[in-house]
Amino acid sequence: MLDHLSFESPKPKVIAGAKHDWELVIGMEVHAQVASKAKLFSGASTQFGAEPNSNVSFVDAAMPGMLPVINEFCVEQAVRTGLGLKAEINLVSAFDRKNYFYPDLPQGYQISQLYHPIVGEGEVIVDMEPGIARRVRIERIHIEQDAGKSIHDMDPAMSFVDLNRTGVALMEIVSRPDIRGPEEAAAYVVKLRQILRYLGTCDGNMQNGNLRADVNVSVCRPGQYEKYQETQDFSHLGTRCEIKNMNSMRFIQMAIDYEARRQIGILESGGQIDQETRLYDPDKNETRSMRSKEEAHDYRYFPCPDLLPLEIEQAWVDDIKASLPELPDEKKARFVKDFGLSEYDADVLTADTANAEYFEKVVDACGDGKLAANWVINELFGRLKKEDHDITDSPVSPAQLAGIIALIKADEISGKIAKDLFEIVYTEGGDPAEIVEARGMKQVTDTGAIEAAVDEIIAANPDQVEKAKQNPKLAGWFVGQVMKATGGKANPKAVNELVAKKLNG
Amino acid sequence: MSIDTETAARVAKLARIRVEDDALPALAQEFSNILGFIEQLNEVDVEGVEPMVSVTPMRLKRRQDGVTDGNMQEKILSNAPDAREGFFAVPKVVE
Repeated sequence: MLDHLSFESPKPKVIAGAKHDWELVIGMEVHAQVASKAKLFSGASTQFGAEPNSNVSFVDAAMPGMLPVINEFCVEQAVRTGLGLKAEINLVSAFDRKNYFYPDLPQGYQISQLYHPIVGEGEVIVDMEPGIARRVRIERIHIEQDAGKSIHDMDPAMSFVDLNRTGVALMEIVSRPDIRGPEEAAAYVVKLRQILRYLGTCDGNMQNGNLRADVNVSVCRPGQYEKYQETQDFSHLGTRCEIKNMNSMRFIQMAIDYEARRQIGILESGGQIDQETRLYDPDKNETRSMRSKEEAHDYRYFPCPDLLPLEIEQAWVDDIKASLPELPDEKKARFVKDFGLSEYDADVLTADTANAEYFEKVVDACGDGKLAANWVINELFGRLKKEDHDITDSPVSPAQLAGIIALIKADEISGKIAKDLFEIVYTEGGDPAEIVEARGMKQVTDTGAIEAAVDEIIAANPDQVEKAKQNPKLAGWFVGQVMKATGGKANPKAVNELVAKKLNG
Repeated sequence: MSIDTETAARVAKLARIRVEDDALPALAQEFSNILGFIEQLNEVDVEGVEPMVSVTPMRLKRRQDGVTDGNMQEKILSNAPDAREGFFAVPKVVE
């Protein structure tokens, strides 16, 4: 099995400052909400959009004396995610308290895993374009609780707090600073989300906040990054700023771009970067310091006395590993290798599992990967997009599409008629072969019939015949006329041959 | 390790516990005493000894992923000094 197609690394993004060139260095912390029914340490629901404070247990509300009990499913999803990122799984991990005060954190601390995370080093291959990809190292994944939600705009003097999200399980996926530009950063999140969705461990819904990214940005002079990679010594890199809570690919790119230019401006005028947390404001397209939280940055972590270490068995990890689905990189490599698809087409077809499943059903039924890819990508996706349909509610089933392709392969219908047939199947449904039969759409391969049509056109257009004798390119006009006269049903190859023969003869 | 009054003030602030200035030296002294007491443990050689994290012979208890709790907005909000429209209402927190 091929893990990934071969690739080369992209060039880092270079930003020209007023004085000299700069490169970007980016690391990300992605918070992915575990797709569980209940919370990490309580039996309250994780359902989005519920009545405020209804999905809250006494544990989540931090009532005195309540104790957390871990949700085994959430642990399993973290392990699964780790395995999906080819990471080492730590059979013993432990929970720590991260202490800070905020109205949406009733415990006064977040239960997290600072010292002993459940997942260690892994990697994500971030595809940029065919043959170009960035290998981003994953440093760790740990499990932690989400906080509640504060709403600041419902009352002029008060903030409103909803604890429904409090205690929902998050996986924090921490990358190494291996990302080298805004586009790569967005592509990294896209790829991560794709893998999480394949694994089924997080739904990746960024609008609901189920996937959010903290982006660490620093800038350095060309050459410095290579020194860092050689030594893993951060002193070769610039001071970083962390942009918190990004939940849109577009904003991630804009925020990084703004932040890099801000840092370059400071450095080139002789200033220094303060390591700090910043917030991106999409309305103004700028990042702002969150100085108000500075004081709280001493989190005084310590092991959570309410929870024993989390010990898991290797056999259990092996079971999870055995149940992993084929992941995007492998699927893509297989599509390229087995069906002779271009990397671009394979990319489109493996973007999500529903696309890939549909495509594979079509291939299974018609036996032609390349044709199937063409039809799924160009005709079906195009048509679905036009009507804002999803592949899962496609009016054309894989069997129907395979039926159309089979008719083309058997020379029963021409490519042009196939498109008409597709339209009929899309809007009216039905069996493609029966439709072709019932509506007389069959391709005319009978040379006698085609010959008659060619003769008729030639006889009716003596002027064109003269011109065509001088300029052989005009033969195309006759082919067009014959196709028109036969309602597009004539076999184009046969028409071409006959027209050429008659005009020259 | 000795704790100065500045550190004591900082710890108090992080814990959101108000300590008057004139009480800080005594608090700092108390911290120092506690740390000094605990530092005696450094004299014990624990080279190669696995840390004991619990005295109970138990493994971490786990739960199945099922919704078994919640749906008690009224109870959750019943201790809140102020609650409106199902939310806790707190003095404005602005970033």
